[in-house]
Amino acid sequence: MEKFIKHEGLVVPLDRANVDTDAIIPKQFLKSIKRSGFGPNAFDEWRYMDHGEPGKDCAGRPKNPNFVLNQDRYQGASILLTRQNFGCGSSREHAPWALQDFGFRAIIGDSFADIFFNNCFKNGLLPIVLPKAEMDALFGLTEHTPGYRLTVDLAAQLVVRPDGHAIPFQIDGFRKECLLNGWDDIGLTLRHAEKIRDYEDRRKREQPWLFA
Amino acid sequence: MAKTLYDKLWESHVVHAEEDGTALLYIDRHLVHEVTSPQAFEGLKLAGRKPWRISSIVATADHNTPTSHWERGIEDPISRQQVETLDVNIREVGALAYFPFKDKRQGIVHVIGPENGATLPGMTVVCGDSHTSTHGAFGCLAHGIGTSEVEHVLATQCLLQKKSKAMLVRIDGKVGAGVTAKDIVLALIGKIGTAGGTGYAIEFGGSAIRALSMEGRMTVCNMAIEAGARVGFVAVDETTIAYLKDKTFAPKGGDWDKAVAYWRTLVSDADAKFDAVVELDAASIVPQVTWGTSPEMVTGINGSVPAPEDYSDPVKREGVERALQYMGLTPRMPINQVKIDKVFIGSCTNSRIEDLRAAAVVARGRHVAASVKLALVVPGSGLVKAQAEAEGLDKIFIAAGFEWRQPGCSMCLAMNDDRLEPGERCASTSNRNFEGRQGNGGRTHLVSPAMAAAAAIAGRFADVRELL
Repeated sequence: MEKFIKHEGLVVPLDRANVDTDAIIPKQFLKSIKRSGFGPNAFDEWRYMDHGEPGKDCAGRPKNPNFVLNQDRYQGASILLTRQNFGCGSSREHAPWALQDFGFRAIIGDSFADIFFNNCFKNGLLPIVLPKAEMDALFGLTEHTPGYRLTVDLAAQLVVRPDGHAIPFQIDGFRKECLLNGWDDIGLTLRHAEKIRDYEDRRKREQPWLFA
Repeated sequence: MAKTLYDKLWESHVVHAEEDGTALLYIDRHLVHEVTSPQAFEGLKLAGRKPWRISSIVATADHNTPTSHWERGIEDPISRQQVETLDVNIREVGALAYFPFKDKRQGIVHVIGPENGATLPGMTVVCGDSHTSTHGAFGCLAHGIGTSEVEHVLATQCLLQKKSKAMLVRIDGKVGAGVTAKDIVLALIGKIGTAGGTGYAIEFGGSAIRALSMEGRMTVCNMAIEAGARVGFVAVDETTIAYLKDKTFAPKGGDWDKAVAYWRTLVSDADAKFDAVVELDAASIVPQVTWGTSPEMVTGINGSVPAPEDYSDPVKREGVERALQYMGLTPRMPINQVKIDKVFIGSCTNSRIEDLRAAAVVARGRHVAASVKLALVVPGSGLVKAQAEAEGLDKIFIAAGFEWRQPGCSMCLAMNDDRLEPGERCASTSNRNFEGRQGNGGRTHLVSPAMAAAAAIAGRFADVRELL
């Protein structure tokens, strides 16, 4: 997994609540058996005026000029601002894959849906929850300041604004370590292989029907 | 100290805990389907790892499979490749059971697990699908997981997880005739919102939940995720135990008695403390219909579509405005005046035998309205389909103008050919009414099977209680 230590980037505001994973990556693209290549179809139904299908070249498709990600001033954005319950719905990891493939490294919101939040950490994409007052301020600043950028400092657990205002955020210690080091969960877990086997042996004796 | 059922399920599966509370939970049952597994099997192979315990795996193809013309196979080449990839992966790796496309026990992963007794009380169950919460109906800790976690479980038999807070949703009283498990859970989501359960594990209790069949409990737990909770469950009781007796993978003989004795302990202690308690009066719940693009946007059949100005929070108000525009509805419109184009009875929420019986009671001797272009009944599995046919339900549906299809996820998420066209409006027994969920531009209204049948016959949403 790609490490996440500190990231500075252009911010794009997606001022909507309950953005679901069907919106982030529509189901027809879930037929892929690969982990990559979802970026051009991120937010497909909102980004394009026509209907997208797997294999269709997105370069020539008509774009929706009203969708914020299509606006010139936000091209190259790597930090997404959003509202409450982002990533609700399906467990598809294609959603963080698509956001990452699109170019996002961090998503800052009022709150996130549980499975999506979890999936982000497996892919080096950092979801950050900030208090509503800070979010409202960031939405205002982003919309009113051309080229608005933020710095996300994971080691210090701070989102730093260009005016120097630093906003602290919470993250589980274990997740932070994994992101800072780019650790692979499976490798970490297999260090406990003996404990897993001991547990299994005990359960086999106590509840043999689970292992039939 | 008194324990909640969540405490008991959690503690009995912790293999190892990190300092910050992140735990390695042992996984007893791993359900696998074609959409969220190929990248996990590939990752496992690339890392040169072997699956930890193949006897935990139960697999099926459900999301992409067609529901008609099985003799033609899967015509969409990309869907076919995904299903064939699952065939290859399971053939290479092995499994306790695999129900491939066209197998007589094939079906929706959350239907086949329970009906074959592969979901048992006290288990941890995972699947790369958010509706895995369904299995909580059996007193299981059942998590929907992402593909990286599918790979993690394949490789280690464990899931990295932090304990949630515990919420008790207590629903007491008796529901009226025509009010079902679906109406209970939609009313709950309407009350607490789609993020109301975020960060919580929900235990559903109270006399109205105890009175539900296993099918009804599965419907309620299925939609725990729509309330934001990754897991939802119901304590074990005689209904649970009676359902499991003699199921294929349920324990037999002496093991059965031992298992039952253990299962009876899978209840919250009488004085257990919950972090949150939500109460609902079952008698006050009427048949529900969603009007918007989030399951929390719901009203009773005697209600109306709201107006944006009813909401003071600007984000919420804008969400309602956008939803009304997408859904093509005007504020204050009574929901029973909303006309529909299509009907879908199926999905992991409502495709079990009891659901089909409830819809058939309404359809019997009546006919789908001429204005309805398509009314689909898609059983949850081959076994459900066979049972329904043995009871003659297929004939009732066909005589009433419904199409009787092969099992699968079908129009719940429209990965196969069953879908809505732009602007079409559907009465659907599925679980999500998101924009584009049932097809690009499609408009979904979530209802119970009985209400879907009533809508098919009336050509608009109608109060099923008047048809019983």
